[in-house]
Amino acid sequence: MPGHMGSAFRPLRGIQILRINFEYQIIYVKGYSVPGSIGNYIYVKDCWIPSKRVEFSYLLKRSKGTLVLAECSAGHDLNLITLNAISAAAKLGDVSCLVVGENNESAASKISTVKEVQKVLFAQEADEYVFLPHIISSIILNCHKKYNFDYILGASSTFSKAVLPRVAAKLDMSPLTDITEIKEPDTFVRAIYAGNVICTVKCLDPIKVITVRHTAFQAAKLGLGKCEIENVPKGEHKKLNCHIIKQALDTSERPDLANAKIVVSGGRGLKNKENFKIVYDLADALGAAVGGSRAVVDAGFLSNDLQIGQTGKIIAPELYIAVGISGAIQHIAGIRESKTIVAINKDADAPIHQFADFSLTADLFEVVPKLTQLLKK
Amino acid sequence: MSLRVLVGVKRVIDYAVKVRVRPDHLGVVTDGVKHSMNPFDEIAVEEAIRLREKKHVKEIIAVSCGPAQSQETLRHALALGVDQAIHVQVNPKDYANMEPLHVAKIFKKIVEDHRVDLVMLGKQAIDDDCNQTGQLLAALLDWPQATQISEVSIVNSKQLNVWREIDGGRELLECDLPAVLTTDLRLNEPRYATLPNIMKAKKKPIIQKVPSDFQVDIKPHQQIIDLVDPPARKGGEMVAVPLD
Repeated sequence: MPGHMGSAFRPLRGIQILRINFEYQIIYVKGYSVPGSIGNYIYVKDCWIPSKRVEFSYLLKRSKGTLVLAECSAGHDLNLITLNAISAAAKLGDVSCLVVGENNESAASKISTVKEVQKVLFAQEADEYVFLPHIISSIILNCHKKYNFDYILGASSTFSKAVLPRVAAKLDMSPLTDITEIKEPDTFVRAIYAGNVICTVKCLDPIKVITVRHTAFQAAKLGLGKCEIENVPKGEHKKLNCHIIKQALDTSERPDLANAKIVVSGGRGLKNKENFKIVYDLADALGAAVGGSRAVVDAGFLSNDLQIGQTGKIIAPELYIAVGISGAIQHIAGIRESKTIVAINKDADAPIHQFADFSLTADLFEVVPKLTQLLKK
Repeated sequence: MSLRVLVGVKRVIDYAVKVRVRPDHLGVVTDGVKHSMNPFDEIAVEEAIRLREKKHVKEIIAVSCGPAQSQETLRHALALGVDQAIHVQVNPKDYANMEPLHVAKIFKKIVEDHRVDLVMLGKQAIDDDCNQTGQLLAALLDWPQATQISEVSIVNSKQLNVWREIDGGRELLECDLPAVLTTDLRLNEPRYATLPNIMKAKKKPIIQKVPSDFQVDIKPHQQIIDLVDPPARKGGEMVAVPLD
């Protein structure tokens, strides 16, 4: 190699190739940074040019702040769907997570162990106010005043759906409900028409208020980090006389419908409440949660919050077993994302069969107890 | 008792129709498709009428924002027993951009103009599945809200008790009027309009308005980029015996 520093090979860019002589294996080159003087030889060999190391997504990330509204149960337990919202938020920017409640320290410290969370904001609000949208939204607005978030998110539960639009209205922003995918920092995907149309929508507002469909995002893991917990003041709100007098919650040993790996659900085909026992038995044998179609909920076989579908819960378990469910559009909207769908229905023309991965055309009163027996063995 | 109730009604593609995406992927096919009143709004109308039958309510005003055809929906509401109808006419081009926030802003003005004490809306429209308008309106008015209610009882002209459907059960809420309520499917079973009532409804006037009457600017906050059909699931397998 000619010239000084000629002892090392270097990649060169932007060199013009004048001519190639195959006989002598010579390439005639001309360029700015070719070492040596004109007419000298240089050795050329294969090389690898490193790709650019600047990651734009990383740069974007640093400049955006997201606030996640954590959801806690009346018993001060952290609702696990918050973790799904956190992982969605982490795709958009630095995550702060707001926990509200007088005795919710344990939930706050739990969230502080999520690696994706940079800061936990903790508002000491009296327990009786924790579920009131006008109070929670004022706390969120207070936090926003201090930190200027670009995104305010929550998992799409009845709680967040009641609170976040209120926040959006106060900021004069248009909220987005139930997003299932983040395409760009301002472009999101959501389902409309009971999940029959997938809509990509660009949000033109500077602050994006979003509820996240928890089944569409992985849950963030607990116990991998540690971040600070900051106390934030209670909100200032117009005094509204609005109180929760009592909550009537269903207590059941079975897993929570929203987070269950396996769900067994029953429909009109079960005919009456007593027959629902075979669904419970099957669910118990599988360690599954129980749900139902609108028909059975309306008929009073099941409590309302176990309805699966467009207007009920939207679930995405590993295994979904539909017993005696025809598969109306509104029901399918709630189970579309399930990994494996099994349908048991004696009507071979029921729409659910076109949708199921495995379908069995048989009388459920014969088949389901048999299946339960087999599983118990 | 002399409450004035506002009900919002939306004209949507009928719930039993299988919707199709337009070839330009920016909307769904609406021409020649059966439309009807949003099922949740029907429940809101029904509940308002029941409250009037219990002598809690003096007047029910129905409002719909949308193109000219929204009048059919308002006629239906009138036939069911609503006293007054207001149609906020939005041309079809603007209607495509109309978001819950715009609707809430228009409703806010109407609430103030008509001195409404109680607003009843559906919890969500079955087309955009937003579940926002009631909450947005409550925030704009600084009123208490109760979403997804399954039971309502008016205690006196100042106060009401409602049961809400929440994840994991129900909750009982006591709140002062004025308030915004959004209905769940459980609330009631809507009645059918009888033929004489349908005939009578044809004679009732519908007040015509446009968004600019309320100084509401329908500037889009969101832009639809693409609409597609959801990925189809692969056809499943028929299993012969359950023991496989």
